[in-house]
Amino acid sequence: MWKSISGRITLIVILTVVSVIVLAPSLTDKVPAGWKDKMPRINLGLDLQGGVFLRLAVEIDKAIENTILRYADDARGVCREKGLPVLAFQKAGTDGFSLRFPPGDFAGRAVALIKDEFPSLDAALGEVKSDGATVTLRMKPQEVQAIRTNAVVQGVETIRNRIDQFGVREPQIIAEGEDRIVVQLPGVKDQQRAIELVGKTALLEFKLVDEGASVEDALKGNVPEDAQLLYQKSVDPQTGRATKTPMLVKKRALLTGDTIKTAKVNFDSQRGGAHVSLSFDSRGAKVFDRVTAENVKRRLAIVLDDTIYSAPVIQERISGGEAQITGSFTAEEASDLAIVLRAGSLPAPVKVIQNVSIGPSLGQDSIRKGIQAAIIGALVVVAFMGFYYRFAGLVADFALVFNILFLLASMAALSATLTLPGIAGIILAIGMAVDSNVLIFERIREEIRAKKSVRVSIDAGYDKAFMTVVDSHVTTLITAIILFQFGTGPIKGFAVSLSMGVAINLFTALVCTKVVFDYLNARKPMQALSI
Amino acid sequence: MIELIKNPKYDFMSLRNYAFALSAVLLVLGLVGTIQIFRGKANLGVDLAGGTSIQVKFQKPFSMDEIRSLLVQAGQGEATLQGVEGENILLIKLRADAGQQERMVADPVLKLLRDKLPGNPFVVESISEIGPAIGHKLRQDAMLALAISALAIILYLAWRFEFKFGVTAAIATFHDIFAMVGIFWALGIEQDLLFITALLTIGGYSLTDTVVIFDRIRENIRLRKRNTFSETINLSVNDVLSRSIVTSITVFMAVMALLFFGGAVLRNFALALTIGILVGSYSSVFVAGPMLVLWRGEKMTEVKR
Repeated sequence: MWKSISGRITLIVILTVVSVIVLAPSLTDKVPAGWKDKMPRINLGLDLQGGVFLRLAVEIDKAIENTILRYADDARGVCREKGLPVLAFQKAGTDGFSLRFPPGDFAGRAVALIKDEFPSLDAALGEVKSDGATVTLRMKPQEVQAIRTNAVVQGVETIRNRIDQFGVREPQIIAEGEDRIVVQLPGVKDQQRAIELVGKTALLEFKLVDEGASVEDALKGNVPEDAQLLYQKSVDPQTGRATKTPMLVKKRALLTGDTIKTAKVNFDSQRGGAHVSLSFDSRGAKVFDRVTAENVKRRLAIVLDDTIYSAPVIQERISGGEAQITGSFTAEEASDLAIVLRAGSLPAPVKVIQNVSIGPSLGQDSIRKGIQAAIIGALVVVAFMGFYYRFAGLVADFALVFNILFLLASMAALSATLTLPGIAGIILAIGMAVDSNVLIFERIREEIRAKKSVRVSIDAGYDKAFMTVVDSHVTTLITAIILFQFGTGPIKGFAVSLSMGVAINLFTALVCTKVVFDYLNARKPMQALSI
Repeated sequence: MIELIKNPKYDFMSLRNYAFALSAVLLVLGLVGTIQIFRGKANLGVDLAGGTSIQVKFQKPFSMDEIRSLLVQAGQGEATLQGVEGENILLIKLRADAGQQERMVADPVLKLLRDKLPGNPFVVESISEIGPAIGHKLRQDAMLALAISALAIILYLAWRFEFKFGVTAAIATFHDIFAMVGIFWALGIEQDLLFITALLTIGGYSLTDTVVIFDRIRENIRLRKRNTFSETINLSVNDVLSRSIVTSITVFMAVMALLFFGGAVLRNFALALTIGILVGSYSSVFVAGPMLVLWRGEKMTEVKR
């Protein structure tokens, strides 16, 4: 096939047709829908089309700490119910806590009780002294591991749910390593809102307001053991000023957001605000029914991520399993709140450690300028080759066109992502394509200067340049592949287009141009070559 | 036939002591620049150093001094401000400095501008907030990738030529990368991820250049055209000189297009490529060959094919 001229021409024609078919949908919208939908496309990176890139650190230790604090509250509650007085409570490391009991058999009974009630805790009786004994409770290692894994896996799932409801085309949400999540939202316009939606823990809790203690005391640092100081945020609808009111609530949550079945936005036509109405699943409805029945005339705080949204007085028992969150929301805030409540809370808080947001206009601007520069550059190079190498230069230009066509088509076929560094990779690849031809042509010139016939010169030129071209391309290819393996982000984008470009160069430089000369020689041996 | 130079016979090898001196200066600069990068003292882009960079486009012309004093009042006096003439574009950069944990302050800065300049609304064109751990990791990843590719190049060229050729080619390539880091550091131009991409591009370009010359050296040794190794190298460099020049010219033209038409985002990148092409062409001629002679001696032992 490599010897036969018609074989090579056929191969080039087939490749060209395939490339055009694959590439067309990426370049223009004017192709039939059936064709367009079946073909893979070149994706534009966030730097070219705008969008948000977020890298989140999942604060797993905090998730473990929260779990252990919850266990501690529960364990104390259970002990008290059974008449075991807890004298003191202390955290023990990141995954445990200890309880002190008065002298007697209290501590021993507590160990038995906790082993019974909390299968995921290890309970150990410490030294028994005259003034009492300590029981140390630790989460079992497999439980800790489960929280670790779950924090990331569940986190990815939850964020995906939220984003799907928010509506972003082709979002990418992936776990990275053991405690990172990477979120890519191409083309998203309302960037600030999207970031808040992704990063919110959205832990919804219903807690009783502690009316037995004074807020003034608490502000001075005198918070009762079973209560905590939280703030209620409200915005004055007239002045737009935000105020923060401190409030004491019980630590124990009576009900949490994981029992929510649906959440939707309702508009209050009289007062002009928006609120979110919730309906609980059957378990949640039962608990809510009991809680409201037991606490009529007391205030119930609705707490989201440690901020109080509202703290209405329970007027009567609510048995329908429905509740409302009111507050000073805008329509957008209410809608986002409904989304996060439906999608559920993140198992562990996340912290944004990298945020790259590119506005759509900037992305368009850089792609327009980048492509404009690439086209101008290519035209200048094409003109120079034609000027310097005359006819042979035109042949090289012809190969260059195929080169670019095949490269873009391969990128489309692999659904590769084109970024700004990727364009740099293409420019280097094109530079190398031109260089291959320069190498070959300079060799041919040497042979012609040595007074050899045109045909022999061409063959010798290609032969002698062959290994040089292969060596230089293989070394670059090796580098590109390693950069792809070990590089991150932008370096990867560079490596993708460079490695594909280099591989294609080998073909176009050694086959596409040679076939032209061979074809001309086959018809009538060339007497002179304009080179 | 248009020829830029006819039958060149320059004695490049006689200049090698000057070349080594120049390269030594470049390498020292590069070393200092690299150390400064790792100490976090170089003019690193926010993407490598960690910190915040914001680009906004105002509706009306704005006063740089007014914005600076607003930032100073808000305790963000270390911000670097940069305006784009005629387009009402403002770039604010706040780098995370050593000792400071992080500096992800896009929200408060934007709020400040929005509150204090109510008469001149703006659109946010881009925000990038990067924690210091990320910048650190990106730097490390880039270094690791570079180190491994150097090893792979040495292995491949050792197999294709001989071990000393492989090592010399790798050194010549890294010479260029170091030199670019040094020059950029000395000029105080910001080094960001695009700059690293430029380093990689130049690495690839310079490597190709070196391999082309090595190929010719190998061929000329086999053909016994000259008696000593340094004369052979001289001959080989002259043989491929027109190719080197033509290729440099074409790549140079492409890069110029990028420099003049590629927009503000690509300007530093194109500048890095321009410097890199010059350094790369220089190193292939003046560094790789002479180093081979130093190491290999004047013996004309044939290189395996």
